Amino acid sequence: MTEVETFRAPLVARATDRSRSSQILEQNWKGPGGIAGWLSTVDHKEIGKRYLVTAFLFLLIGGIEAAVMRAQLTQPNEHLLTAEQYSQLFTMHGVTMIFLYALPVLSGFSNYLWPLLLGSRDMAFPRLNAFSYWVFLFAGIFLYVSFPLGAAPDDGWFNYVPYASRAYNPGINIDVYALGMVLLGISTTVGSINFIVTLLRLRAPGMSINRVPILIWGTLTASVGNLLAVPAVSLAFFMLWMDRQFGTHFFDVSAGGQPLLWEHLFWMFGHPWVYAIVLPAMGIVSDGLPTFCRRPLVGYTPVALSTVTAMVLGFGVWVHHMFATGLPAIAMSYFSATSMIIVIPSAVAVFSWIATIWTGRPVFTSAFLFFAGFVILFVIGGVSGFMTAAVPVDLQLTHTYFIVAHLHYTIIGINVFPVVGGIFYWFPKFTGRLMNETLGKWTFWVMFIGFNVGFFPMHILGLVGMPRRIYTYPEGLGWGPLNLIVTLGSYLFAIGVLMFVVNVLVSLKRGKVAGDNPWDGPSLEWSTSSPPPVYNFAVIPTVASRYPLWEARLHQGDDRSSTRQGFLLDKGRETMGTTSLDAEPDVILKMPSDAYSPLLLALALAALFVGALLHSWWLLGAALVVITLASIAWLWPQRSLSQIET
Amino acid sequence: MVEVGISRTTLPVGSLAHHASGWWGMLTVIATEATLFAYLLFSYFYIASHAQDAWPPHGLPKLSLAIPCTILLVAGSVTMWWGERGINRDRPVRLMLGIAASAVLGFVFIALEGVEWAKEPFHLTSDVYSSLFFTITGFHLAHVIVGVVLLTVLFLWTALGYFDAKRHSAVSIGVLYWHFITIVWLAVFFTFYIAPRLG
Repeated sequence: MTEVETFRAPLVARATDRSRSSQILEQNWKGPGGIAGWLSTVDHKEIGKRYLVTAFLFLLIGGIEAAVMRAQLTQPNEHLLTAEQYSQLFTMHGVTMIFLYALPVLSGFSNYLWPLLLGSRDMAFPRLNAFSYWVFLFAGIFLYVSFPLGAAPDDGWFNYVPYASRAYNPGINIDVYALGMVLLGISTTVGSINFIVTLLRLRAPGMSINRVPILIWGTLTASVGNLLAVPAVSLAFFMLWMDRQFGTHFFDVSAGGQPLLWEHLFWMFGHPWVYAIVLPAMGIVSDGLPTFCRRPLVGYTPVALSTVTAMVLGFGVWVHHMFATGLPAIAMSYFSATSMIIVIPSAVAVFSWIATIWTGRPVFTSAFLFFAGFVILFVIGGVSGFMTAAVPVDLQLTHTYFIVAHLHYTIIGINVFPVVGGIFYWFPKFTGRLMNETLGKWTFWVMFIGFNVGFFPMHILGLVGMPRRIYTYPEGLGWGPLNLIVTLGSYLFAIGVLMFVVNVLVSLKRGKVAGDNPWDGPSLEWSTSSPPPVYNFAVIPTVASRYPLWEARLHQGDDRSSTRQGFLLDKGRETMGTTSLDAEPDVILKMPSDAYSPLLLALALAALFVGALLHSWWLLGAALVVITLASIAWLWPQRSLSQIET
Repeated sequence: MVEVGISRTTLPVGSLAHHASGWWGMLTVIATEATLFAYLLFSYFYIASHAQDAWPPHGLPKLSLAIPCTILLVAGSVTMWWGERGINRDRPVRLMLGIAASAVLGFVFIALEGVEWAKEPFHLTSDVYSSLFFTITGFHLAHVIVGVVLLTVLFLWTALGYFDAKRHSAVSIGVLYWHFITIVWLAVFFTFYIAPRLG
């Protein structure tokens, strides 16, 4: 047996993808291929693509649900759907978009891009990454399992008790939701852990904390937020399940329980989650805009700090979802004030984007249009949010279509538009081919006009008193014409989304070949091939500024980043671990090879939740045994990872 | 490829003490788990502060088993600390003794907690207090069970000769989790057994 090395003075080399040394790297990092490779891969790029595709499928499913609802609401007294069907549709639409699309799609970007942006060869925990994807997939399937039976979750995505208590909702609907959310929470948590440790440990030498791209700040902030917020909702759903199935009394007034405890726990999670699903998307824009404005982002430091500030404040605003619950005025004043203060970090970011466009030389690509359009939607969604932060206004508007308008401006405006723009921007990196620009620009205008025609009138509907979540409405209220416009606008928006999907599918095969850096972008991902080799970088890059590929033109300081010369690290799967703040080389990390244990563990975990749902205790017990054994096998110290020496 | 040279600094390779990614991973696991317990205890205090009748409804909980339980876990943390210091000095047998002592203490804790549960005059569905009591102590108990399994595996790995003074990050990571369980118990103990006595 060869000695397991404890210390090494690593070799520094000059190399590219075409060098002979890269063949060794290819050997080290390549998976088995075929079905086996597909099931066992831990490559962050594969996992990132899976996240993106799966999340997009959920977006389409949620979109179909919305389209059916809009058909129902087009005119008064429609009876396409029953009230119960409508309840299930709006609940699953919310659950799908908020939990199965909005965060996972950003996890997709971040999983694919983080190691490339950071100059690393993978995430800190590649197997955990695969596990996180599988659990997300299984949780998504789990949440839909009762849909064909006509027993899907039906109390809205925030699922208030006592509606969701067994006495008022005895079916399996809410149990599926409760357990599905706990399962999904596991995926979110381990994913967040992976991002946090990757940021702290796996940045390229020289990439000190003040040089990381804003997308990294966004996803890091979201991940820390998730780490501290997800337990609240997992616990709330667990307690609800206990109340429903085992007769505990957490939310049961008759035995001293508190229904408002549900709302507190849900929104303590819910509001930070809102920031988790927008901050990384704002990061996409902060990193994408400079490329198309041909200048660095204006105000990097204020934008980075405002990202973190928004999340910190986001933990202190949850009661603004509960202004109508009869809490003391002093509590409401505090939460109202904090909610309004969030305007400050948001405005910092908005002015920074505007200044970047204003002082730059914009190139009007599809991606740029989506990013610029996002800024407008962000402002509209921000203003309606500011309005409802005021207690008296909120008392008037809560549970009306005004809120529906607001949340769609935030989630579609701040998440979907940057995501679509981000796909246009990074598609050449993902696939090696460019998307069609002409179709792309048409897509933007169709989506932008469709979205505003579809969602802006909802503000007015809310102001004239149309409540949300009603499945139909009588004639003579004056809501008919506006609802017709809303339906037409949202269908136009849906056509835009389909144009985008067509563009993706066609460009995969026929898009123009992109080359390494088609947009002349500034960050490390553009320094490697498109699509990147399995090992990402032929040598570990060294970073000397925020825009390593623009240094020659920006003339900032004398130090130069180096993407062609750096640590080779070719003795197995290896990458560089660096110190948390200054990114000095700290350790040579041995990375795991492809493995089935993540899939096995995720399957066993899903079986555990199915067992719990069906009260099948033998299945639950068997799953626990498999989980224990699979975890021990996963963690077993290995020589190849230099965890043991004998 | 052109070889440019050898780095002037030598770097550690692989999982070594706090260089191990797993060490950082465990810190984040502890952060999220600590938050989970914070939300559990928040739920307890939220419901207690809204209670219409006397709280706790079944009178002050008895300390006769809770105090021994506390001593067991604290002692288990001390033995684990002692064992880890052993492997730092390349003494795997001392590490095994430390792990074994901690695992036994943890096991006795589980048994005592079972007795405590059986002796309570109320059960899970009696009222909201009992629901909180069994759920929160149950969450902690589940963590102790995971901890004892983890210690057993670490004992096995030590017996297989996997660890020495240089490489034992799995031990350091496991110890971190074991101390965390003790600290959580102190918070649970304070909430259920001490806080009602302060009012």
